[in-house]
Amino acid sequence: MAKIRGAVVVDVEACKGCSVCVVACPSQVLDLAKEVNGKGYNYSYMKNPEACIGCENCAIVCPDGVITVYKVKVA
Amino acid sequence: MAEITLKDIIKEENLVYKRSKIMTNKTLSYCPGCGHGTAHQIIAHTIQDMGIQEQTIGVSPVGCSVLMYDFLDLDIQQAAHGRAPAVATAIKRLMPDKFVFTYQGDGDLAAIGTAETIHACNRGENITIVFINNGIYGMTGGQMAPTTLAGMPTSTSPYGRDTSMMGNPLKITELLAMLPGTYYVTRQAVHTPRAVRQTKKAIRKAFENQKLNRGVSFVEIVSNCNSGWKLPPVKANEWMVENMFPFYPLGDMKVDGELVNK
Ligand SMILES: Cc1ncc(C[n+]2csc(CCOP(=O)(O)OP(=O)(O)O)c2C)c(N)n1
Ligand code: SF4
Ligand code: SF4
Ligand code: SF4
Ligand SMILES: [Mg+2]
Repeated sequence: MAKIRGAVVVDVEACKGCSVCVVACPSQVLDLAKEVNGKGYNYSYMKNPEACIGCENCAIVCPDGVITVYKVKVA
Repeated sequence: MAEITLKDIIKEENLVYKRSKIMTNKTLSYCPGCGHGTAHQIIAHTIQDMGIQEQTIGVSPVGCSVLMYDFLDLDIQQAAHGRAPAVATAIKRLMPDKFVFTYQGDGDLAAIGTAETIHACNRGENITIVFINNGIYGMTGGQMAPTTLAGMPTSTSPYGRDTSMMGNPLKITELLAMLPGTYYVTRQAVHTPRAVRQTKKAIRKAFENQKLNRGVSFVEIVSNCNSGWKLPPVKANEWMVENMFPFYPLGDMKVDGELVNK
């Protein structure tokens, strides 16, 4: 069976660190960084990138629309 | 096969989701985690999917979303507090081929604008109304709204809303569903991926309905106000599920002009 691999790109400077994406991810991929962005927010990042399935959940709940999602089928 | 790297995945041809091009590059003025932002993203994607950017006219309210015209790349008229349905009525009657929508908070729609809301709905104007109900006046510092829950603390009801003195919370959406001029009335949310997908379908239907000319399509979105509720975003969403949803249950109230029996 083809395996799905996904990845997200967070616009770090636009992220407000609300964590809504973190709890929306079914694969526990995301977390807030210890570091902050220019606005002082702990931004979201892929702590566990191998687990991403590209489901878009994080992106569609992000109020600020700062997540882009990519997905591939791995043979 | 060689291990696939992030670089192999993050390529234009593998893109499955990105922010709608109808969102401008302006930073949303909303607090972190505020449902207003999520609702904007859904409206932008819907208008993009329908290909109606040039034919859509929005009306923004007074409230936190007053600046909606800065965030959505659409023709938008800002209305005086509560008057969005009256302004939308005029726009739609003068330009019936346009898709016309209002976007209003609960203070705007269910307090100062109650008359405009009820009469536009009763007249059956062929418009879409998006109603963001966070049970509070977010913009002005978290004062009690008609929609504030019984017992809910706000800056003007610090010990909780005492209904014996302050009256009962108003389920305006249920009231509007009873009017003959509403064609589609639904209550949704934007706090989870599932809720967002449902709301997107509802917003789509509410815009598509304008092609039928059968009256108002009304989409309530029960939302959060992290600042007004004095809770961090994720906690605010949990509080909303526990407290707002029992009083404001999600689901369709009226579909294609028929009340939904529950
Ligand atoms: C005529 C008038 N009265 C009062 C105000 C003050 N005011 C600004 S926003 C607001 C309430 C907004 O609450 P809501 O519609 O729920 O929007 P939210 O900010 O919660 O999204 C009030 C009373 C005003 N701007 N104009
Ligand atoms: S939902 Fe968006 S703004 Fe909030 S933490 Fe995640 S990426 Fe940042
Ligand atoms: S796309 Fe899905 S799996 Fe990947 S980070 Fe987002 S929510 Fe998690
Ligand atoms: S005050 Fe409340 S409604 Fe306004 S932007 Fe902040 S969280 Fe959202
Ligand atoms: Mg409000």
